This record gives sequence, C-alpha cells and structure tokens, in this order.
Amino acid sequence: MNLNASTNSVEALVAKIQGLSGGTARDLAHLHSLLKESEDLLVSSDSTRPSPASFLSELDPSKHSLGYLYFLEASTSRPISKEGSGEVALSISRFIDACKADQIRLAPDKFISVCRRFKDQVLLAEAPIRGVAPMLIAVRKLQISSEQLTPLHPDFLLLCLLAKCYKTGLSVLEDYIYEVDQPRDFFLYCYYGGMICIGQKQFRKASELLHNVVTAPMSTINAIAVEAYKKYILVSLIYAGQFSTSFPKYTSSVAQRNLKNFSQPYLDLAISYSTGKISELESCVQMHKEKFEADNNLGVVKQVVSSMYKRNIQRLTQTYLTLSLEDIANSVELKSSKEAEMHVLQMIQDGEIYATINQKDGMVRFLEDPEQYKTCQMIEHIDSSIQRIMALSKKLSAMDEHISCDPLYLAKVGRERHRFDFEDFDSVPQKLNM
Amino acid sequence: MEAEDDIGRHMMDENEIYANGGDGAGAETQRQRPIISGEQLDVEAYAALYSGRTKIMRLLFIAERCDNVSMQLEALRMAYDEIKKGENTHIFRDVVQKIDGRLGPNYGPDPAWADAVDRRAEQRREKLENELNAYRTNLIKESIRMGYNDFGDFYYAHGALAEAFKNYVRTRDYCTTSKHIVHMCLNAILVSIEMGQFTHVTSYVSKAEQTPDAVDAVTSAKLHCAAGLAHLEGKKYKLAARKFLETGPELGNNYTEVIAAQDVATYGGLCALASFDRTELKSKVIDNSNFRNFLELVPEIRELIQDFYTSHYASCLEYLGNLKANLLLDIHLHDHVETLYDQIRNKALIQYTHPFVSVDLRMMANAFKTSIAGLEKELEALITENQIQARIDSHNKVLYARHADQRNATFQRVLQTGGEFDRDVRAMLLRVSLMKHDYALKASRKQH
Repeated sequence: MNLNASTNSVEALVAKIQGLSGGTARDLAHLHSLLKESEDLLVSSDSTRPSPASFLSELDPSKHSLGYLYFLEASTSRPISKEGSGEVALSISRFIDACKADQIRLAPDKFISVCRRFKDQVLLAEAPIRGVAPMLIAVRKLQISSEQLTPLHPDFLLLCLLAKCYKTGLSVLEDYIYEVDQPRDFFLYCYYGGMICIGQKQFRKASELLHNVVTAPMSTINAIAVEAYKKYILVSLIYAGQFSTSFPKYTSSVAQRNLKNFSQPYLDLAISYSTGKISELESCVQMHKEKFEADNNLGVVKQVVSSMYKRNIQRLTQTYLTLSLEDIANSVELKSSKEAEMHVLQMIQDGEIYATINQKDGMVRFLEDPEQYKTCQMIEHIDSSIQRIMALSKKLSAMDEHISCDPLYLAKVGRERHRFDFEDFDSVPQKLNM
Repeated sequence: MEAEDDIGRHMMDENEIYANGGDGAGAETQRQRPIISGEQLDVEAYAALYSGRTKIMRLLFIAERCDNVSMQLEALRMAYDEIKKGENTHIFRDVVQKIDGRLGPNYGPDPAWADAVDRRAEQRREKLENELNAYRTNLIKESIRMGYNDFGDFYYAHGALAEAFKNYVRTRDYCTTSKHIVHMCLNAILVSIEMGQFTHVTSYVSKAEQTPDAVDAVTSAKLHCAAGLAHLEGKKYKLAARKFLETGPELGNNYTEVIAAQDVATYGGLCALASFDRTELKSKVIDNSNFRNFLELVPEIRELIQDFYTSHYASCLEYLGNLKANLLLDIHLHDHVETLYDQIRNKALIQYTHPFVSVDLRMMANAFKTSIAGLEKELEALITENQIQARIDSHNKVLYARHADQRNATFQRVLQTGGEFDRDVRAMLLRVSLMKHDYALKASRKQH
C-alpha cells in the first residue's frame, strides 16, 4: 500500500513537472515549492522502491530542467558503483548540456552538488579532460552575470589544471569578477587561476590573482593563502624582478603576521635574487631544493633562475649600444659566448629585447623599442583602455553611493558617531526598521 | 712653495682643450708650471701650524698611521716634547709606550715628572674646589662662573674631557653677558671636537650664533670652521663646503687649537669640488675673494680646482693623487678621502662627456690616465645610476649621448598607470564584496 502510494505520488510529481515546466514564472515558482516539499519523497533509502533514475526517462532535461535536476540529484545521492559511474557521468554531462539556465538557477545548491558529483566521478575515472567542457557549460549557465563568481568556478579550474587544458581555463579567467559569495570559493578560484596563468606563462595575470588571495580579508590564516603566498613570491620575481616583503595596508593583520613564517625558503630566494648574481641564486636554490620540490614549485623556481639571466641581459641594453657576446657571457655569468648567443636569440624571439646579432664579429647590437605609439591599433588600444577605466570609475562611484545608503553601514556608523560627537545633531537613527 | 709662472697657463692652445690633457706629457711641457710632486709631509712644519691638545693628537695620529718609521719617530718625539710642556700624564704614558725606547734615554718614561705633575694637579684641584665652594656660598655669579671655567680648563689640561665639558656647560647658568655665553660655547665646542662628539658642536655653534651682537669677525670665522668640521664628520659635504667657504680671512692664526688656515682651504676646496656643480664652483670658490686668501696657502688645491674647472682632468687627478698620501694622515679628513676622491672623479667623468654627442673612449681613457676596459666599467656604473645619459658602443669603443624620447616614455607611463589603476580598483571592488558578504554573515548570525 505504502509502496504504491509513494510510487503514485512520485508519478504525480512527474506529471506536475511535465505540466508546469512550460508555464509562466509563477508556475515555475509553484513547481519549485512542490519539489521542495517532496524532497524526502525522492530521497528514500528504501532500495525496494524504484530509484528516481527510472523516472528520468519520462522527463525532458531541456524542458523540465528543474524537475529533472531534483530527480537527478536524488538518484546520484545514493552510492554509485564503479561500473555505474561512467553512465552517471555521461547522464549528468548530457543534462548540463541540455538544461535551461533560468530553471536551474532557481535551485543553485542542487545544481552545484550535482556538478560536484560529476567532477568526483570524472576524477575517479581518472579522465579529468572529460569533465572540462561540461563544467565550462555548467559555469556559464549558473552565472547570473559574467561578473559573478560561482562555487563551480574553482572546480572547473581544478579540472583544467589536472587535465592540463590551460587555455580553456584562461578563457574563464579573462572575465572580471566583482561579486563574490563565498570566501573559500574566491581563494580557490584565485589560487587555481594563478597556477593556470603560470602554466600559460602569463605572469602578470598570475601575479594579480595571487595578490588578491594574499591580501583578501580573512579572519584566520588558511592553507590556500599560505600556498598562494609562496607562489606569489616566485611570480613577482619573474614578472617584476623584485619582491617587497612589506604588505599593502589593506592586507589583513592575520596574513601580515603569519604568512612569512611559512615561506622562509622563498623569502631567502627573493633576497638572493636581489643581489643580481646568478651564483648566489643557484646556491640558494640548491640549498632549499627539497622544500621547493615538496611544494611542487620546483618548475617555477627554475623559471625564476632563467628570468634572472634575462633581467641581467636587459640591464645591459640600458648601457650598451653594441656589445660582444664574450662580454655578455662574462657580465651575466654564462659559461660561453655560445650560451649567450642562445639566450639573446631566445629573448629576441620572445620579444623581450630588440637586438640584432652579428655572427661574423660576434657582436650584438641593441636597438630601440620600435613602438612609436603612432599606429591605429595603438590609438584604439588607448581609446578602449580609457573607456574601460571610465566604466570602472563609474562602477566604483556607484558602489560608493550604494554603500552609503546601505542600512547596515548607516546603523554602524550612526552608532559610532553618536558615541563620540555630542554636539553633532545630525541625527542618524540608531536602529533602522529593516 | 715655489712661485708659479701663470703666463704659460693663460696662453692655452685650442689643442689643449680637445686633447683634454690627452697627449698628457706634451701638454705639460707647454705649460711652464711644474706640478708639485707629492713630497713627504714635513712633520715639523705641519705641527707648527697647531697648538694645544690638537697638536699632540695630530702628531700621535700621524705616528699611528704613517708607514715611514723615521716620520713616525719624528712625530712621536715632537709629541713627547709637547706633552712635557703640558700636564696630561695619561697621554704621556701612552706616548712613552709607543716610543718604546727607540728614541734614546731622553725620551723614556719619566716617573719623577709624572708624579710631580700628578701631585701638583691634586693640589690645584683641591684649591679650585675650595675656591668654588666659597664662591657658591657667597653666591657671586661671576666668580662661580670663573670657578667652573677654571675647573673646565684644569680638566681639559689633564685630559679628562668629559669632566671638562660638564664644567664648561655648567657655567651657562652663571653667564651674564653675551660675551660670556660665546666664551662658554667656544670652550664647549673645543672640547666636543676633541671628544669627537660633533652633534654638540653643531648645537653650540648655533647657540653662539644666536647670541645677539657678541659675535665679532674672528669669533664668527671660528664658528664657521667648527660648523664646517661638524658637517664634514657627518658626511654632509655640500654644507661643510659652504661653511668653510664662508669663513672670513680674519681667522688667520686665531684658531690653531682646532684648525689651521691651510686646513680650511683643503677641506673647503675638496668638499666643494666633490659636491658643487659648475656654477656654484665658479661663484663660490673661484670668484670668492675671501677664500682666495686661504687658497694662497695651499696652491695645490687652488691649482687642482682651476684644472677641474678648465677641464684639465689629467693634471687635476694627478694633483689629487699626490695629495692623497698626506691627506690620509689628517685627523679629520682621513676617512672621507676615498669618498671625496670618488665623487670628484665621477664628476670629472660626467663633466667630460656632457658637452659631446659622441666621445672616443680611447682619447678619454688617455685623458683620465686609465685603461679602456677600466673606463668602460666606470662609465657603465655611472650610466646605470643615470648620471650620464649615454650608450656605449663597445665594438667601436665610442660613447654616444642618448636623450630619452619623452613622447614614447610618456605613452608607456600612461599605459602602465592605466593598467595599475585597473588592477587596483578591481581588487578593491573584490575586497569590498568579500567584506560585505562577511559582514552580512555576521549580521545575520547576530540576528538569530
């Protein structure tokens, strides 16, 4: 009796879904509340009952996305066998592909947990690359605007990292994020994002992302920030050639006090980098090699060392017009002029210096930066930068206005002002009726 | 000092300017003026310039620093004689130890003399103390002041500098006229210089200068010298130079217990050369008629400043080299010699390259009597510090002047600033978002 009744009610539910899904927003809201009420109906541990998965065939993921989501979530909440995992992953990825964005946005938590299970399955199957594309679609569908950070972002970036699909990850990183819900998501997003940028050798963006993690407001020190700080030191050395151990004013005091204690070998590396001598840098690397390896940072450290050669050669372009390869090799502490030639050649190809090598004389002639800032592209670039910055300024002033009207803020400020200014008759109500 | 023949110098060839002393020996034979080679310091003549405690200290310093044994012994001998004229038994014992019997039995430890001096000192001290106590009970301001002053003199003569200073300073409360105050300041300055505490020197100099209408020309000159010394010790070469250059010729031989007129010329000249730019050098040093009196006493300094101004760098640097050994024996200047010389040399290099679009490094190396490789290294350092705007063509050994393209630099800076603004504002908005969320969380928690 019970069994039938419950199966019937499930079927009734399915029918409701099919009926209301195509309707107006009010219908959808009604459906949503119905689904919320019937949650425990779906998620029953009674194995005799038909699993919700069996009803999935009656629902169309593209039309009945919300209902489908609930059923899918219920069915995947049960432990999945290894053989079933591939199927489950497939069905979830199909759903993600087909579902309607506005419907699933009504139940974001469920969507997120489904996607996370998908990620787990994919990782279990040791094929992270299978998850990259679906996750990308999932992220885009979950986002209300491209400025919002969803909890799925870090999962997506993690898959990209594991699958080594850095370019796909970069496409998501190019959006500017302004709204953040969960600090933890933000930290992970920036940290993984930084790693992806390092992989793509975009050190400026990596430095920016890691800087955001390190200086984010936090009340207690967390491991993500510690790891991010280590990478931040390395990336700063590669990108800017220097690292200052003083934190900007807005860094949280927790971070300021504690971060340095965990990253001593990296700070030593930064100090030896600032001497400008390759031999010192290399000896420092040798000393702390195990620690760098344990943190999985040895590759980046090697890039730091090669960046020092580059920087020394770049400094030579400031003082010399022509210089023999021998002299370059001597002043930069390379072993032979052949090595110097290789370095200079690589740098010319990467566009890091402007020079010509005369092999007959063994001379390098340094040229000026040919950029004259007169081309159309440059004008467009400057123009678009101006537009972008103006938009940013507007956004900033809008946010300022918004906060000054925010009741929470006013309440707090009103309280403090009242405490200190007796003569201040500017009455800000202490308690606002919210 | 031999009389110089200036005529040869004024009839300069055009070639001399371009060669810049490049064909070094040739240029010199054209001028009939000989360059005075670095002769060894005549210890007696040097010591004759000073009096009082500084004479002894300088002699001891020379003995300590110079390598020449005969000069050493000469200095020690003179120091011994000088000390015997005074009453400082501590230094006496020091000197005896340093002499170590090398000057024969006349210069050995003289315990009889030392004891006699000590006994006399003790008696005098008691007498002074009694007198002072008497004055204090009688509360006669002038006598108390004289009493403390005498105490100060007494301690100074016996080498207890800290005590001397304390006593001189105590007279301040009993000074009635500005003359007294100036007298006190001068004493305090003297002791501070001997002690090496130049912060006191500066403060007492300013105190003395602020005293209304008690400062006559001689005192003013003394104060300038003292201030100059203080700045020199503090490595503020520009200020030191200005102070020395303002010293009036009235100084003469009136401050031999601190500084000789020759020193004013040397210190002032070298500091000016190291720190002034061309216009200041011309107006304040070369055209300064007051300072000319001092420069006459040390012709080498006068010559080398002239050479520098007229771009004869080789001879200027040669004069400097010759003077170096003796300057290292000077008690105030010795640890500044290297710095000053480096600064003068750098200025010479910068001044040499300044008017040219391209410079042949070979000729320049000749002018500065150095190798091309060494010159390249020096120029590289100056270019890196942005003191010379140029680039070196190492292949052809030419230095090309390079003026930064302002337009390009501006564009670059603009784009960079825009990027930084972008980054910073975005980061700020993110942080605001995080804090808002955090705050909302806390607020909602509080409400529950």
